[in-house]
Amino acid sequence: MTKTEDRRKAGSQNPNRLARLWANPASRALLALVLVLALGCVFSADGAFFKPGTHRDALRQASVYGILACGMTLVIIGGGIDLAVGSVLALVAVAFSLMSIHWGWSPWLSVPLCILLGSACGSVAGGLTAWFRIQPFISTLAMMVFARGLAKTISGGMKVSTAVPRPNGTFENVPVPHVFRLIDSRIIGDNLTVVTLVFLVCVGVTWLALARHRWGRQLYAIGGNEDAARLSGVPVNLTKILSYGASGLLAGVAGMCQAAQEQQGDPEAGIGYELTAIAMVVIGGTTLTGGRGGIGLTLLGTLTIGYLEKTLSVNAVPEASRLMLTGAIIIVAVLGQRRGR
Amino acid sequence: MQAAPSARPRLVTMTGVTKRFGSVTVLREVDLVICGGEVLILAGENGAGKSTLIKILGGVHTDFEGTIELGGRLVRPKSPLEANALGIAVIYQELSLVPSMTVADNIFLGRSLTRRGLVDDRAQRRQAQRLLDQLGIEIDVNQRVEDLPIAQQQLTEIAKALARSAQVIAMDEPTSALNAPEVERLFGLIRDLKARGCGLVYITHKMEEIERIGDRITVLRDGQHIGTASSAELPPAKLVQWMVGREMAEQFPRHAGQVGQERLRLKRFSVTDRHRAKPTGVEDVSLSVRAGEILGIGGLQGSGASELFLGLFGAFGSNVRGEAWLNGGPLRISAPRAAIDQGIALLTNDRKATGLVLPLSIVANTTLAGLPRLSPGGWRQPRRETEAARLLGQTLSLRAASLDMEVGWLSGGNQQKVALAKWLQTRPQLLLLDEPTRGIDVGAKREVYELMNTLTAQGIAILLITSELPELLALSDRIVVMHRGRVTGEFNRKQATPERILEAAMGRGNPKSE
Repeated sequence: MTKTEDRRKAGSQNPNRLARLWANPASRALLALVLVLALGCVFSADGAFFKPGTHRDALRQASVYGILACGMTLVIIGGGIDLAVGSVLALVAVAFSLMSIHWGWSPWLSVPLCILLGSACGSVAGGLTAWFRIQPFISTLAMMVFARGLAKTISGGMKVSTAVPRPNGTFENVPVPHVFRLIDSRIIGDNLTVVTLVFLVCVGVTWLALARHRWGRQLYAIGGNEDAARLSGVPVNLTKILSYGASGLLAGVAGMCQAAQEQQGDPEAGIGYELTAIAMVVIGGTTLTGGRGGIGLTLLGTLTIGYLEKTLSVNAVPEASRLMLTGAIIIVAVLGQRRGR
Repeated sequence: MQAAPSARPRLVTMTGVTKRFGSVTVLREVDLVICGGEVLILAGENGAGKSTLIKILGGVHTDFEGTIELGGRLVRPKSPLEANALGIAVIYQELSLVPSMTVADNIFLGRSLTRRGLVDDRAQRRQAQRLLDQLGIEIDVNQRVEDLPIAQQQLTEIAKALARSAQVIAMDEPTSALNAPEVERLFGLIRDLKARGCGLVYITHKMEEIERIGDRITVLRDGQHIGTASSAELPPAKLVQWMVGREMAEQFPRHAGQVGQERLRLKRFSVTDRHRAKPTGVEDVSLSVRAGEILGIGGLQGSGASELFLGLFGAFGSNVRGEAWLNGGPLRISAPRAAIDQGIALLTNDRKATGLVLPLSIVANTTLAGLPRLSPGGWRQPRRETEAARLLGQTLSLRAASLDMEVGWLSGGNQQKVALAKWLQTRPQLLLLDEPTRGIDVGAKREVYELMNTLTAQGIAILLITSELPELLALSDRIVVMHRGRVTGEFNRKQATPERILEAAMGRGNPKSE
């Protein structure tokens, strides 16, 4: 009886090849991306969609969000959520600009410090969740508000740009720091931005951690069933805190990229970015309930939203309509992801 | 078979009630008669179907065969609210109160007193207070339920059930959280209700309570109606006989192995959990188990055996008292990881809630507990993991389409094998098995029994909890019986009889002499 039952269940999971393909979230995420790309080919704005520069720019614009989405994927797989990433991005962007532009610090000092700052923000939120049993929604919401306030405090509420204020009230223009130019430069014959490269490195590292390291497996287990994980000897608190710390770290990386791209540290930057990152993760097929998903899916989700935005903008769709369309397409994509589950 | 239900008026007659959950039949053609002015005890082992039967009466389970006759007409309550309107009140084991609301709000939950469309708080408080006064319960109706001790919550639950002047009142183990004076108050209440002509159904595992308040007793076993008799005709010995039945099938192949050195010894071991309001209820447990031995732990619901396992395993942290030795050395109890590293494994009693990670694959689940050893340095070695899972799958004759399949897709028996594989993978010396055969089919059960034989032959010691008495008797080399967190009996294979064990489990045995 058991035998046939299992066969039946296994059978209903994959009765034939097409259904098996459809049951795999990766193929569904890929389908969404292909549809968006097809949309771009049809509405190519007189061939603008086929120019390499368009793709470079689409990727450049999606990269900062994508880096946040990598961290978000970790936290969501562990059964949590991180609302603080947008604010942490702004905090690190401000801190990085202060160190690089105002104080003229070497990137060998400022980059590690910024990474440390981002991880610290994430770890504090993670610690509140793991040790004090505060719901992740609340602890990261608090960190979101706190980090925004800290960003405004250290920047004095103003954008930290190359126009450095002097004590006598005048502004002095300083050159853009070398590290900013480096991050915002293009490689491979102008066809790829360094920011996109950073995003791809983040994808690779988080993939390794999730798919090839013990920690990643334990994170999946916590997201899938925290009690069972604890009773199987998984260090639940530490694993969770590390996931939030990693999310903060990646938000810090994204913040430095953002600062370099804008050549300034804006304390108002990154508002609403956490929601875009969550949308990218969910469209990819990682479930908000935890325990299921992966970085590859998030890469597909990031590209889907990135290309959607680009297609709409090259066709000069006004921002208001663009937002409404993006909202609608997120729902369609997520409904598609839920089929076959 | 059906004893005459005396001269008292029949309130409820349930006839031929059959209930299935999926392919499992939990009640088969059960008859139940409830009369006014008496207490009907519903007795039976765990899983006999008692709670299911009163949930049908209370409108919780609506999908069943058979009829319910109430006051001369056929009824079929479709919801707890509807049952309530028919004059049936059921007090379940799990409290159905909203913790964040006040006592008064809870009593009127779902049928609030309103004035011009708004809840009339004052009227509710007044009426709730009057009700509590009538029942002799001293609770402030303005207090939030979560601020009350468990016992008062239980009394609130009872008041809530009675708020609609019910004629038929069913109580499922209402005294499990009450202390002696509170039990007295409840019994006084039951006497009042009887005098008013109400019919009461009372489920309990405590022999003392059966003797004190039972007028008639209906016994269920394996979902079947075994018989009904007045309590005078059914002395404890006979009642126990009805509950356990006679047949003791030889379907349990236990081959006692070579008993070796002592694996675990507990002396006055207690588990306290300060995180929960309820005491976990493991008090002064002393026992020992040797290599190659299966020590069965008998007991009914609330015996504390599962909590003993969790406490030993470090699931409550170091909130334990007393002495524990493993292989002659002191056992460190701090967290599950420490227990695993010392060679202890715990198969929990609910594989879906606390045993397996359902969305993960068979390989991931099998290797979860032993992951640190399988991935030295942190980096996983997928091939090594798959190999380990494949070997254990073979040992346990696991049947699955692929090892990368999510365990959520497996049948109960195969899920249990994955849970067992996870623990065997850690190469334990002491195996704590909590209901290892719950919800799995006969074939898989047999395989689990054979596995236990194999493991003990290798020198592993097993502590076994099972609520199935025949299984406990057949598999255990020795049996310790617990009742409300304390050891109430210890038997070797020859001494152990169903009657003795059940008596001890119901708190009537002689406490183990030190």
